Amino acid sequence: MTDTPVLLSLTNITKRFGPLIANNAISLDLHRGEILALLGENGAGKTTLMNILFGHYVQDEGDVLVLGDGGLAALPPGSPGAALKAGIGMVHQHFTLAENLSGLANIRLGTEPLLSFGREGDARAKVKRIIAESGLDVDLDRRVADLTVGEKQRIEILKALYRDAKVLILDEPTAVLTPQEAEGLFVVLRRLAANGLGVIFISHKLGEVLAVSHRILVLRGGTKAGELVTADADRRAIADLMVGKAVAEVVRIPALPGETLLEFDGVSLHAGGRQALSGVSLKLRAGEIVGLAGVSGNGQSGIAALISGLAVPTSGTMRLYGEAVAKASPRDFVMAGVARMPEDRQHDGVVGTMSVADNIAIEDVRSPAFSKMGLLDRKAMRERASAAIAGYDVRCPGPDAEARLLSGGNVQKLILARVLEREPRVILANQPTRGLDVGAQAEVHRRILAARDRGAAVLVISEDLDELFALADRFVVVHAGELSDAGPSEGLDRGTIGLMMAGQARPPVGIAS
Amino acid sequence: MDALFDILGSANFWAAAIRIATPLIFGVLGALICERAGVLNLGIEGIFVAGAMAGWLAVYLGAGLWGGVLVAALAGALFGLLHAFLTVILGLSQHVSGIGITLLATSVSYFTYRTALPDVTSPPRIAAFQPLNIPGLSDLPFIGPALFQQTPLTFLALVFVVLVALVLYRTPLGLAIRAVGDNPASVEAQGLSVVGLRVGAVVAGSALMALGGAFLTMSAFDAFFFGMVNGRGWICIALVVFASWQPGKALLGALLFGAFDAFQIRLQAQIGQVVPGQVFLMLPYLLSIVALILVARRADYPRALLQPWTKGQRH
Repeated sequence: MTDTPVLLSLTNITKRFGPLIANNAISLDLHRGEILALLGENGAGKTTLMNILFGHYVQDEGDVLVLGDGGLAALPPGSPGAALKAGIGMVHQHFTLAENLSGLANIRLGTEPLLSFGREGDARAKVKRIIAESGLDVDLDRRVADLTVGEKQRIEILKALYRDAKVLILDEPTAVLTPQEAEGLFVVLRRLAANGLGVIFISHKLGEVLAVSHRILVLRGGTKAGELVTADADRRAIADLMVGKAVAEVVRIPALPGETLLEFDGVSLHAGGRQALSGVSLKLRAGEIVGLAGVSGNGQSGIAALISGLAVPTSGTMRLYGEAVAKASPRDFVMAGVARMPEDRQHDGVVGTMSVADNIAIEDVRSPAFSKMGLLDRKAMRERASAAIAGYDVRCPGPDAEARLLSGGNVQKLILARVLEREPRVILANQPTRGLDVGAQAEVHRRILAARDRGAAVLVISEDLDELFALADRFVVVHAGELSDAGPSEGLDRGTIGLMMAGQARPPVGIAS
Repeated sequence: MDALFDILGSANFWAAAIRIATPLIFGVLGALICERAGVLNLGIEGIFVAGAMAGWLAVYLGAGLWGGVLVAALAGALFGLLHAFLTVILGLSQHVSGIGITLLATSVSYFTYRTALPDVTSPPRIAAFQPLNIPGLSDLPFIGPALFQQTPLTFLALVFVVLVALVLYRTPLGLAIRAVGDNPASVEAQGLSVVGLRVGAVVAGSALMALGGAFLTMSAFDAFFFGMVNGRGWICIALVVFASWQPGKALLGALLFGAFDAFQIRLQAQIGQVVPGQVFLMLPYLLSIVALILVARRADYPRALLQPWTKGQRH
């Protein structure tokens, strides 16, 4: 692959933010027809590097060289317009689409003189041609709001190709896709690369990087930790390169399920003017982790709301410890020993402007441990917080630091400390490691498994199938508000789950427990 | 019942409905352009006053009628620029800035009127726009007096409905305006200027609003009074929601409101002895609230409405 001409070359890029060196003398070459994976944990400097490449940031040292008519030429620093013109297209993790417009309108946006009637016909013809060459099939006339996430991503890629991009940068493109959609994306990327495009694929997921890339560049702590050809790469070695030390594998011993602690019996939920769940049956048993797979928005939030005590079923019964739950009361659930790790942990999990100590005590303020004669015992709260900070390795200045200043991983550890110290009997872990780096992920997984081994019933909701396979003893899949039982995780494969996530397969017969 | 049919059957009633709707058409189109770009402009009530005052004063001081219209539009654009500076460039609260603009524009207009004419007791008059007489059309039975005996500003308002619809739906500029009101990041990523588009839209929209005010002093009446705008700007803010941010429906909403208003005046004349007059005055506003309740629940808001844009921020 390195025998084709270099499309893009970064030479010794260095970027400092105050004392922090975000990128330290990073160099890379991207060749025509090559898919280069940029792999690294959160905070490794991937996004900074791409923001420099795209002109959002100005580097302190080094050059961005792009192949033009007269050979490689340096891009003026800090100009996204120049990057666009030089043929660099970027697909951001958060889509930049106007949802009230059609796909075609989004693709045309900004490519024609504002004070004209435009050339819709020509634009359509060109996009059709690109679709035929790339296989990025999508309905151009539907409102973007009505497209699936995968289709929106196709529009994003078409936007770049319509502007004759030579280099395509994709930032965590599979985070929002089902396994099948991701596989479809890989097919398209390979085809685009074969047609001469250079692709930079940013990810922290090893599996997909190995599946799609030709070459891998590993970043760690702002420096280049390694560069290797994918064909010769070894999974274990790359993981160690990313983290900088050997990652201890999380070990899972077989589950010993006990009695049913929480049960859904034909539960339907009507929320926000639509049917969120219909006829869902589910049992959470002591000492067992159930993994809930599904594309986001298919009913996960309804199930989470029910288990958090934020809603009661519209019809059907939810039983906690064998008793039907009649009213929505988060407080009763907390008192009964139900632990919640909310999906949006920064928003729903902590009060950002309150201290770490306050946030750790917040579910427990009425307990005698934290109150003296009806007033809060701040000393006891601070002591408990100090213990939690030490025990759960929450990196923060101290118990009095505001929670909003903590990174995502540390907020999650804070929440773990809050809920697990109460020795809960039922645990809802909603996207427990989304956005966390490998080290923090392993820590969260270890804690959840330990709680299970102690006898807690756990439901893990996740969009990351690797995570579910690492944790779950049993799988259920939600699609369009309906739940299918996929059975024990042994013997299940990703393909089966993926098809169920897309609503295409019936559950295997005879496994429903 | 007969009274009802008498009213609805008279050309005079429909002519009044269109006349009453004219300032609302300007106002609702102006508000629509601002909001499509993602900026709520509650300065509208004050900009109406500024337009009414500036246009009228220009003509009073010797400018031609169309010169007055231009001055009114400029006055509106100026206040629009201020609102855009506060909300788009500084990113301040659109509600607070808008209310502030309304208070400021109203006071500045009254102040200017008082200082320019310190000695007058009754409002001085100008030679206002007169109804057009279009040969052939104006003489048609019923339709002629109802539709074709209006002043030029009414026709201008109707032209703007078509123009705004054309720009919004048929040009790359309109595409960009609709995109920037839905997701500014989409515009930014395609190399266009979010700030430029929004400032432009607010300035143009405010100029249109001011024409609504100018219609009052230069066409509906021929003088400037305190309090003459009387909530018309606020009605336009409601009508934009009713219209789901579409120019065609905006015209319909303005006409509907005009018809209610014309209707209550006539109904009052017929059964005013039985029911207190204030009830009739409330009628159009009550009906707009009812219409809003019916329509606004399904309203498809521009998603980025009220959200300031900061470059480089994550969304």
